[in-house]
Amino acid sequence: MTATVIRSTRGSQAVIAIAAALCLVAATLPLWGEPSWMREFVEIACYLIFAMMWNLLAGYGGMVSVGQQAFFGLGGYVMLALGNFGGINPFVAIPLAALVAALASLPVSKLAFRLQGGYFSIGTWVIAEVFRLSIANVAAVGGGSGTSLTALRGISRSTRENTTYWVALACVVASLALVYLFLRSKQGLALQAIRDSEVAAESQGVGVARMKLAVYVVAAFGCGMAGALYFVSNLRISPDAAFGVNWTAFAIFIVMIGGIGRIEGPVIGAVVFWALNKFFSDYGTWYQLGLGLLAILMTLFFREGLGGFVHRRLGFEMLPTRRILQLAPPAAPATASRLTPEVTA
Amino acid sequence: MLLRVDKVSKSYGTLKVTRDVSFCVEEGQTLGILGPNGAGKTTLFNLISGDVRIDSGGITFAGQDVSGLRPHQRCQAGIGRSYQVPHPFGNMTVFENLVTAACFGARVGERQAWDIAAGILDKTGLLPHANKPAGSLTLLNRKRLELARALATRPRLLLLDEIAGGLTEHEAAELVAELKRIKAEGTTMIWIEHVVHALMSIADRLLVINFGEKLAEGEPVAVMNSPDVRRVYMGLEA
Repeated sequence: MTATVIRSTRGSQAVIAIAAALCLVAATLPLWGEPSWMREFVEIACYLIFAMMWNLLAGYGGMVSVGQQAFFGLGGYVMLALGNFGGINPFVAIPLAALVAALASLPVSKLAFRLQGGYFSIGTWVIAEVFRLSIANVAAVGGGSGTSLTALRGISRSTRENTTYWVALACVVASLALVYLFLRSKQGLALQAIRDSEVAAESQGVGVARMKLAVYVVAAFGCGMAGALYFVSNLRISPDAAFGVNWTAFAIFIVMIGGIGRIEGPVIGAVVFWALNKFFSDYGTWYQLGLGLLAILMTLFFREGLGGFVHRRLGFEMLPTRRILQLAPPAAPATASRLTPEVTA
Repeated sequence: MLLRVDKVSKSYGTLKVTRDVSFCVEEGQTLGILGPNGAGKTTLFNLISGDVRIDSGGITFAGQDVSGLRPHQRCQAGIGRSYQVPHPFGNMTVFENLVTAACFGARVGERQAWDIAAGILDKTGLLPHANKPAGSLTLLNRKRLELARALATRPRLLLLDEIAGGLTEHEAAELVAELKRIKAEGTTMIWIEHVVHALMSIADRLLVINFGEKLAEGEPVAVMNSPDVRRVYMGLEA
């Protein structure tokens, strides 16, 4: 039989149209906005990309890594090295740094993938610490105290900030689009199947090991990109800032708040994180304790996150990846005796 | 000969769960497997599907040695499997469960997978549930989904692990009718089942396992009447 399948709704098309319009408006921000807004956006963009990658890893691939800062920091340092020593424009160095992080994830995966569950989490963290300690011993990049990005000297502040902002916007849009298209594709089916049951996915012909490796490499690429972007904006790098476990802690928070294993989860979570950070970060340690408590409460009582809540309440998915089979109307009872029409939103 | 299991053994530590088991399945045949709880029936399936590696012996499927292949490769080679405890992709819809199986098990393009999935949903009576999350199905429908999803991989050999267990008389009869249709289409099946009359109504041959060893094999009625089987399986003194 020939199946008719619905992939998007009016509502989701509207969401994409609104998002595209927002992107266009956002692209003009340097013309009318405050420089501080742009700096804030770049920072939250880095968190968002990092969180999206963590969501891909943990929410879909079932790999709860606590060591993604290894690739974040590596991305930052490779960008800096290419800029300061290689004479490459740091903005051009961002994708190159992401590529290096992706390549580095291949040998790392050989080690990390030997571990399962909680051991994998701790193992990835240990690997990130090895990265931090190794870089801290490289005198050329300032050892433990770090160094500055000198490659952007001589460029006016406004040009630098505007370009950083545009690059950050492009990185966010590209990451979102890539994750969305990937999850909608045939490969996305395999990834969602792995999320739901690894054993069954493998028995249905899905090459689970290969898929997990692909996700791990893509996540390393994204994290490397976020790191390179962050330190282009920050201009100063140190091993503690680049390889801090805080990065993953915040990513976990963002994903848990927004909804793990959902595309829109990290986006919603990042907005909430940005707002909390803006209004409460003056409380210092208490603020961080509050974030931790909130994450624990969400995990215990509200696992679907805000994204899941919106979906359940409104029955509406902003970025649908579903395939809705259109069932034939009971027009021809002779052939459609077993077909029951069903309303699909 | 579609499947040849040759002197296969598997141990966990000192516990031998499968000892020197050998049997063959001809193309188009249905082999029923019986045995007391803990006899090693599901382990045997795990060894054939590749979920568990064999310690020694050999498994040949369609003339190819598959004992070194990963489970997903065996599925792609044509060994479809349903689990005793259903493992649906709970957050995906029933339709998507089948599309995934068709895309990766039968290795077809997505559009073709949609057609295969819709056709199987229709045949197995799951069409009204096509767009529901698989995790929301009742036990009967989960079992149906387990079978439907295995069919979507377009298997030459179908491994069915107690899919009639827990069903009512009427539901089991429906299932048997469905299996007879699948058999008539030429699919080879191995079916582990405790519901003996359901199994007898469709199996061409029976294999009885006890303590990981082959106890009897052959024509169903003869096997069920053999003294060993009556003693071990039915608990009767022969």
